[in-house]
Amino acid sequence: MTAKTLYDKLWDDHLVKQRDDGSCLIYIDRQLLHEVTSPQAFEGLQLADRKPWRLDANIATPDHNVPTSKAERAEGIAGIQDQVSRIQVQTLDDNCKTFDVVQFDINDIRQGIVHVVGPEQGLTLPGMTVVCGDSHTATHGAFGCLAHGIGTSEVEHVLATQCLIQKKSKNMLVRVDGVLGAGVTPKDVVLAIIGKIGTAGGNGHAIEFGGQVFRDMSMEGRMTVCNMAIEAGARVGMVAVDDKTIAYFKDKPFAPKADQWDQAVAYWQTLHSDADAVFDTVVELDGNSIEPQVSWGTSPEMVIAVSQALPLIESTNDPVKQEGMKRAYQYMDLTPGQSLSEIQLDRVFIGSCTNSRIEDLRAAAAVIKGRKVASTIKQAMVVPGSGLVKQQAEAEGLNTIFTDAGFEWREPGCSMCLAMNADKLQPGEHCASTSNRNFEGRQGNGGRTHLVSPAMAAAAALAGHFVDVRTF
Amino acid sequence: MKPYTIETGLVAPLDRANVDTDQIIPKQFLKSIKRTGFGANLFDEWRYLDEGYPGQDNSKRPLNQDFVLNQPRYQGASILMSRQNFGCGSSREHAPWALAEYGFRTVIASSFADIFYNNCLNNGMLPVILAEEVMDVLFAEAFATEGYQLTVDLEKQIVIRPNGQTHAFEVDAFRKHFLLNGLDEIGLTLQDSDAIHAFEDKAKAIRPWVFNTLHV
Ligand code: SF4
Repeated sequence: MTAKTLYDKLWDDHLVKQRDDGSCLIYIDRQLLHEVTSPQAFEGLQLADRKPWRLDANIATPDHNVPTSKAERAEGIAGIQDQVSRIQVQTLDDNCKTFDVVQFDINDIRQGIVHVVGPEQGLTLPGMTVVCGDSHTATHGAFGCLAHGIGTSEVEHVLATQCLIQKKSKNMLVRVDGVLGAGVTPKDVVLAIIGKIGTAGGNGHAIEFGGQVFRDMSMEGRMTVCNMAIEAGARVGMVAVDDKTIAYFKDKPFAPKADQWDQAVAYWQTLHSDADAVFDTVVELDGNSIEPQVSWGTSPEMVIAVSQALPLIESTNDPVKQEGMKRAYQYMDLTPGQSLSEIQLDRVFIGSCTNSRIEDLRAAAAVIKGRKVASTIKQAMVVPGSGLVKQQAEAEGLNTIFTDAGFEWREPGCSMCLAMNADKLQPGEHCASTSNRNFEGRQGNGGRTHLVSPAMAAAAALAGHFVDVRTF
Repeated sequence: MKPYTIETGLVAPLDRANVDTDQIIPKQFLKSIKRTGFGANLFDEWRYLDEGYPGQDNSKRPLNQDFVLNQPRYQGASILMSRQNFGCGSSREHAPWALAEYGFRTVIASSFADIFYNNCLNNGMLPVILAEEVMDVLFAEAFATEGYQLTVDLEKQIVIRPNGQTHAFEVDAFRKHFLLNGLDEIGLTLQDSDAIHAFEDKAKAIRPWVFNTLHV
């Protein structure tokens, strides 16, 4: 038998049928639903008088535009001030009731960002095909899942048929060996990877992250890395299953129990690329030399190490890239050659499906403990990824560390990651953000986002500008 | 879905790389629970000088006259041209919905982000990939020639320039079949119900935990 990559194995185990025209029907084990990309899918189902193929494949929670202030949240859906957001969250609630889909509703302690909630509950499990109408579904690949974002038509397709029509992607291995230095985090690793291969580098590929750095990484760190596979152009990012993966799911609410657990573990242990598997593309980075990263422009590939100056336009020969850099400098109101510490920050956001898990909050709190947010910072906020993350952080006293320093401590949701609710940047403001996208206007019209790790965001909040967290 | 066969149309050149879906349709418009109503807010942040919000009277907003879609010569365009990695970022299908409602049936670029590419096809829109050198030529012609039109022949998989020169493009056989015939994918997949049931029976033996109920 020929050697297979992890992606090949997951693909083969979910292949329902290969059609004569080369398209494949792939079986979907789990679908995560949220309020933004599901209403039109449910509507389509209703109009065609169809029912969900397998009801228990689906789980829903509102996240993208739920408010994160306590006052607004206290009154549930009715308390959402923005009428349009309220209708959307209400529609999800209505659809879940009509179709009997299990939902962690707005004030359920298990509510949160879908990509935090799925693994936390054991709804995402190794070896599953996982989809969601959200591009950061790649996050779940951290557990050896075949997980990717889909559009709303596909959400409807999965609801109705439990399948997706797909064409197999190519295999890419991103190998990072070595050991990360102190203060260098999974976020820095993935930003460095994107900086190297570019935002289109992974187009058409499923990326497997391999090498010592990922083996050493916690499950949460692996989620951070896979989360941003999409920013490298790949719909899918994956890490092989190991003992850490399996330990993570022990006793999770929806994880298999008793005999089923043993059977599952035996299966999960096969979920890694064979030693002699061949990849179409291999990219290598040296983990020892990765430094904390900061994005300076309007695309995640516009990223530099904290020790570097902002790049000169002439640093590339590619005219399309040069044009992009010029636009980015104009939008960000920055100058080539400038140092990162000269950028005056206005706001700091710690949250999003990239960096809102307990480990992220601990890393930020460790930097902040006993210090104060700089007086020049207008707002610094922490938005936990789920109700349970929030609860855990409060049990550890992290919330007090944050609020004592001058941070706001919010209710779980996507929040300022995409600014669909009231949390947003004002035009021209610079923000140190632990989220995943620094596109123009992403965090508010005219806002300027800099992507960083939680520790770097924390240090920036205290200093008022970017600093190297390793020497802070 | 309306079949896509041969489309001839006016070209709007958007000479930028990495146009992301946040630009194509900003997030504040994603709050809608409908599939329609996005056309007026296509490229909202580039098209208007003020900040847009849902439910606004867009006809009263100040236009950015420099933006390509606001220039008189490109009114009525049905083919959008752009550069590499078009449609990167979020998976929002509102992006192709907005493009379609505005009047685009075709987007031509040197590469596309994967999810956006699929989303277009699922909405009867054709994303056409041509080499960067060819794009350079098309952009030059579009800028130089008022009323510049292209013809896209899906059956033959070619783009035809006004001078009659053609450029071939690739498209998956099954996608082509769907587009040419305007098929409903769900209906077609459901014709394979027996295969799906058979797969589930087999999978239940190997991975029974996947099929556990969530209604506990
Ligand atoms: S946190 Fe941000 S990136 Fe993640 S799902 Fe929410 S909006 Fe998308």
